[in-house]
Amino acid sequence: MQKLPPGVSAADFQTALGRLRDVVGGDWVLTSDEDIGTYLDAYTPFRGDPSDEYVPSGAVAPTEVSQVQQIVRIANDHRIPLWPVSTGRNLGYGGSAPRLSGTMVLDLKRMNRVLEVNEPRAYALVEPGVSYFDFYRYLRDHKLKLWMDCPDPGWGSLIGNAMDHGVGHTPFRDHFRSICGMEVVLPSGDLLRTGAGALPGGKQWNTFHYGYGPDVSQLFGQANFGIVTKAGFWLLPEPEASRSDQIFVPRHEDIHAFLDIMSSLVADFTIDSSWSLDNPLMTSPDPQVRAAVARSDGEPSAELDQLSRDKGLPYWGTRVYFHGAPAVIDAKWEYAKRRISAIPGATFKTGNYFHFPRDYDRVEEGMDGDTFAKEAVDIPSLSVFTGPGASRGHGHIFFSPIISMSGEELLRARKVLKQAYRDLGMGPYNGLGGWAWFRCNLILLHVLPITGNPEQNARMREIGKQLIKIAAEHGWGEYRTPPVFMDEVMAGYSFNNHASLRFLESIKDTLDPNGVIAPGRSGIWPKRLRERRDA
Amino acid sequence: MSRALLVGTIGVTAALVLATSLVALAQSTTPTIATGHEVFERWCAPCHAAGAFHAGTAGLQVKYRGSTETPVLEKRTDLTPTFVTVTVRHGVNAMPQFRKTEITDAQLQAVADYLSRNNPRLPSRN
Repeated sequence: MQKLPPGVSAADFQTALGRLRDVVGGDWVLTSDEDIGTYLDAYTPFRGDPSDEYVPSGAVAPTEVSQVQQIVRIANDHRIPLWPVSTGRNLGYGGSAPRLSGTMVLDLKRMNRVLEVNEPRAYALVEPGVSYFDFYRYLRDHKLKLWMDCPDPGWGSLIGNAMDHGVGHTPFRDHFRSICGMEVVLPSGDLLRTGAGALPGGKQWNTFHYGYGPDVSQLFGQANFGIVTKAGFWLLPEPEASRSDQIFVPRHEDIHAFLDIMSSLVADFTIDSSWSLDNPLMTSPDPQVRAAVARSDGEPSAELDQLSRDKGLPYWGTRVYFHGAPAVIDAKWEYAKRRISAIPGATFKTGNYFHFPRDYDRVEEGMDGDTFAKEAVDIPSLSVFTGPGASRGHGHIFFSPIISMSGEELLRARKVLKQAYRDLGMGPYNGLGGWAWFRCNLILLHVLPITGNPEQNARMREIGKQLIKIAAEHGWGEYRTPPVFMDEVMAGYSFNNHASLRFLESIKDTLDPNGVIAPGRSGIWPKRLRERRDA
Repeated sequence: MSRALLVGTIGVTAALVLATSLVALAQSTTPTIATGHEVFERWCAPCHAAGAFHAGTAGLQVKYRGSTETPVLEKRTDLTPTFVTVTVRHGVNAMPQFRKTEITDAQLQAVADYLSRNNPRLPSRN
């Protein structure tokens, strides 16, 4: 199963393994077939096609920053590329498998210390192996009245998820933007602390992003310029209460006013949680509605308009959450209702109301069909795997373009992508609606299923690449993607003859001349391996 | 250690606090079974606990529809340690594999023993 790094002889590789064992101990340099198998992408789009599978040469699992530095220096000596993973649970976006076969996985899971939590200033400093489950337990065990922000699957790493621009549900849902201060092992093995962390003896590393000069921490997200070994995260003081409420607007054409008002409510922080754009009418299980949806091919129609009125099923809706003091969140909800009420026929439904810490144990019983009810109040779980689009077979990969939060863009994207699905033979369009994670944008999340049939999987990979290309031609890029699509996604960000990628690769060549850190990550290739680029 | 500023190098694994039920379990069973229960709670329960919104339990409910087999792993009486260890290290369908850096070989053996403790065809470990 093992694939060696390109250009490295078996003998030299063995020499390097011996040196790595001296650093981390023999048990933590993992090269057996069974061990390598645990680092393959569990949701690999190459299922059934091992010749093309991204297979590492092994894994090495340090516990200390000094070990990471030594590993990087050994990697330079032997030209062995490293693929850092924190928990490697990025399913649907590649898991722990590297982009380039033969790359050695640098598994940071054993670096799992919570180094500091500051309650009054509401931040934490953690290592990459700390998962959301771990950190949640830490906060509760130590009776700290703070919320992290957790993404849908709670098994991910705070650092790993943030580094891939992962998202959650509460005010700090943009995880990378919640980072304040990083420690990074550079490709040379040198050690950097970003922002105010560069000031010896300072206590503001995790409260003041900038220090002096550029805050270079932005360079390390979705990149391959270093290995983040510590990061500070801003946390939310535990709110006194949370409420969840639903909003519905009746007509198809209301989408324009609805998204304009929602954008405004997000921009002024009235709504400071993630929310999804739902389609109560189009997704209704009512057989009469389903038949009408089929007849109209999922488009609005006079028949559906009538059914919408008769059955009280609106075209659009969402669930929003508010966190804070009861008087504040009640006022925010009243204000949101007043703004949305500018749309004739808008309706509202009050949902759960929790007081903390009293009601944590009530959340599970009050989920009311809301898959993400726990995450919405900062309780990590794996409920997402029971939700819409959850894998029943061999997993999935995501196609997830991001669009501006406007009705015009949404309808245009749905029209274009629906036609693309048809042209590419993908069957019914399965866009799961829009997710509002990043300020005034929507992510259109699509699931591309993996099957046991290698020919179907090969076809799915090609379809994914075509969808990415079509989306980019219309101005919609991915916010995140599995390794199989990284080159294609980066190719779409092509302004001025790919000036962005040219800039990134000039940094890569300067910082990492031997190309040892994550070659191909986000389509950024080191000079010596640039011919490996797909697109 | 002040509550305002918790500075330390407390490993998250080491910081696990045993729940009351686990303490009770530990008092009545072998250390291995108690450890296995702890590993189960940490690594398996988010998907395999009883009740709604647990993907593993939901998946097994579909798999065993029409049979008398329970979808709740902790109640199963037919699991063997080998089946558990192979499934954990290799994954099955949408369940991914788990690595040694997550569940060590010793922890895996403990959870395998825990989940097969009710199998009447195996020698008792209690």
